[in-house]
Amino acid sequence: MVNANMRSSSAFVRWRKGLNWRGAVAVASFILLWQLLVRFKVPGFETIPTLSDVFSTFWTKYMLSAKYWKAWAVSFERVGYGFVISQVLGIPIGLLLGTRQMFHDVMFSVIEILRPIPPLAWVPISILFWPTNEMSIVFITFIGAFFIIVINVHDGVRSIKKEHLWLARSLGASPWRIFQRIIIPSVIPSIAVGMTLGIAVTWNVVIAAEMIASDTGLGRLTWEGYVSNTPAVVILGMISIGLAGYLSTKLVDYAEKKMMPWRKA
Amino acid sequence: MADARSIGRIAVKGVGKLYQRPKQPPVQVLDNCSFEIEPAKLTVLMGASGCGKSTLAYMIAGYLSPDKGSMTIDDISIVGPGPDRIMVFQETALWPWMTVIENVIFGPRALGSMSDAEARSKANALLTKFGLIEFRDKYPGQLSGGMKRRAELAQALINSPKIMILDEPFRGLDVMTRELMQEYYVGLFEETRLTTLFITAELEEAIFLADRLLIMGGSPSRIVKAIEVDLPHPRTWEVLTSERYLEIKEEIMRLLYQDQEAELLAQ
Repeated sequence: MVNANMRSSSAFVRWRKGLNWRGAVAVASFILLWQLLVRFKVPGFETIPTLSDVFSTFWTKYMLSAKYWKAWAVSFERVGYGFVISQVLGIPIGLLLGTRQMFHDVMFSVIEILRPIPPLAWVPISILFWPTNEMSIVFITFIGAFFIIVINVHDGVRSIKKEHLWLARSLGASPWRIFQRIIIPSVIPSIAVGMTLGIAVTWNVVIAAEMIASDTGLGRLTWEGYVSNTPAVVILGMISIGLAGYLSTKLVDYAEKKMMPWRKA
Repeated sequence: MADARSIGRIAVKGVGKLYQRPKQPPVQVLDNCSFEIEPAKLTVLMGASGCGKSTLAYMIAGYLSPDKGSMTIDDISIVGPGPDRIMVFQETALWPWMTVIENVIFGPRALGSMSDAEARSKANALLTKFGLIEFRDKYPGQLSGGMKRRAELAQALINSPKIMILDEPFRGLDVMTRELMQEYYVGLFEETRLTTLFITAELEEAIFLADRLLIMGGSPSRIVKAIEVDLPHPRTWEVLTSERYLEIKEEIMRLLYQDQEAELLAQ
C-alpha cells in the first residue's frame, strides 16, 4: 500500500512502519510474563527456570562446550542424511508412479499400506534391523520425509495440464524431451512442497528418535537435562532445536527459490 | 511469402465421438459430422458451449481419435499430433517455467530443424513483429492475456505449420483487447493465408473473421450449415456496419433460433 505520506516521511518513520512493533511488544511481554510467573512461584512453575537462568547456563557451561556444538553437528548430520536420501529415492519413485502405469499398479498398494505407519512407530523394528544405532536413526528420519515426497511428486505428475503435454507433442518433441523439459519442471513446485513438509517432519522425528535410541544429539541433550534434573538445559535444548529447525527451513526455502526462478518474477 | 497454398485441406466424414464418463452413461457428443476445411481460408466453427467444438478440434489436431468416420489432411489419414497442425488452446499453454523466447524456439529445437542461433533469430523476428521483443526474456506469468496469445501465435508460426487451429483463443479477454486481437489476427491471416480453423461461440467474432462459417447444432452435434462469408478483405471495423454483414448475421440468428425452438418443442 502506497500513500503520499510515506514518501515524504522521514527515514525513522518509514523504519518504524516497516517493523512489526506489535509483534516485538508481544514477544517482550511473553518473556516478561514468563519471568514473573517463575519469580512469584506460580503453581506449576516451581521447577521451571527463567529465560535469564537459561541464558546464564548457556553462557557459562554450554557456549564453549565442544559437546554442545557436537550435538548440533550430530543432529544436523542425521537430518541431512535422512532428508537427502528421502528426496533422492522419493522423487524418482513419485515420478515413476505418475508416468508408468505398470509401476503404479504394482507399487501403489504397498506404499498406501506402509504410509499410515507413523515414523516413530518404526523405531523398534529399525533398531532390530539396522546394524548400527546411527543407521536406525537415519532410517527413521528418512521414513518421515520419504512418503511425503512420494505422494507430492505423484500428485504433481497427475496434475500436469494436458495442454502442456499436447502442445509439446504437436511441436514434435520426443518422449525423453517431454520428460526433461515439460514433466520435470511441472513437478518442481510439488517437489518444493514435499521438501518443505519433509524437513519439518524430519526434525520432529530426529529429536524423538534421539531421546529413545541415542546418546548424542540435541534431542538427547534435552532429555539428559530432564533426567539430570537441570531444567535450564531442557529449555536450552528446546531453543536450540527450534533454531536448528528454523535454519533448515530457511535453507530449503532458499533451494526452492533457486528451483523456481519463474515464480519470483 | 507465397500465399494461396493448395495444401492443408481437411476432410471430415461421418465422424462420431462417444465420451465415456465414470459412473455415468456415456455421452454421444458428435455423430455423423461431415465437413471440409479448405486450404488458404479462415474457416470458423461456431456453436453453443459444450456442443463438441473443442472435441472436433482435438481430433483434427490428433490428440483424440474419432470412434466412427474418417479424418484426412490432403487425403492422408490423421494418426496423431504433428507439427503440420498446431493448436492454440482456450487456456494458454505457454510453459510457465520457460521464458517467452524459450517457449517460441521449443518447436524448431525439438525437431532439430534449426540450429539454436537460427531458431533464436527467427524467433526474434516473429516477436518483433508481434510487438513482444522487449518481453522475450520474461516469463509468461509476467505477460497480459493478449500478450500471451500473441506469444502463442509466434510459438506456433515459427514452425511454418500447414494448418492453425484456434480454440476460442480470445475468450476471457476484455472487450477492447478482444476486438484488437480479432483485427490483429485477421490481418495476420490476410498476410499469410495459412489454413485456419477458428472456433468461437461469439457470433460477431465469427462473421468478422470467417471466409467460411460452419454452424454446429443438434444433439448429438453435427454441422448443420455452411455459409460462405463473402465480405471483402481487408476486414476492418467498417465491415461490421455493412449491409452484407447484417444480412449474414440475420440469417445465422434465424437459424440458431429455429434450432432452439425445435429443441424446446421437442421437450
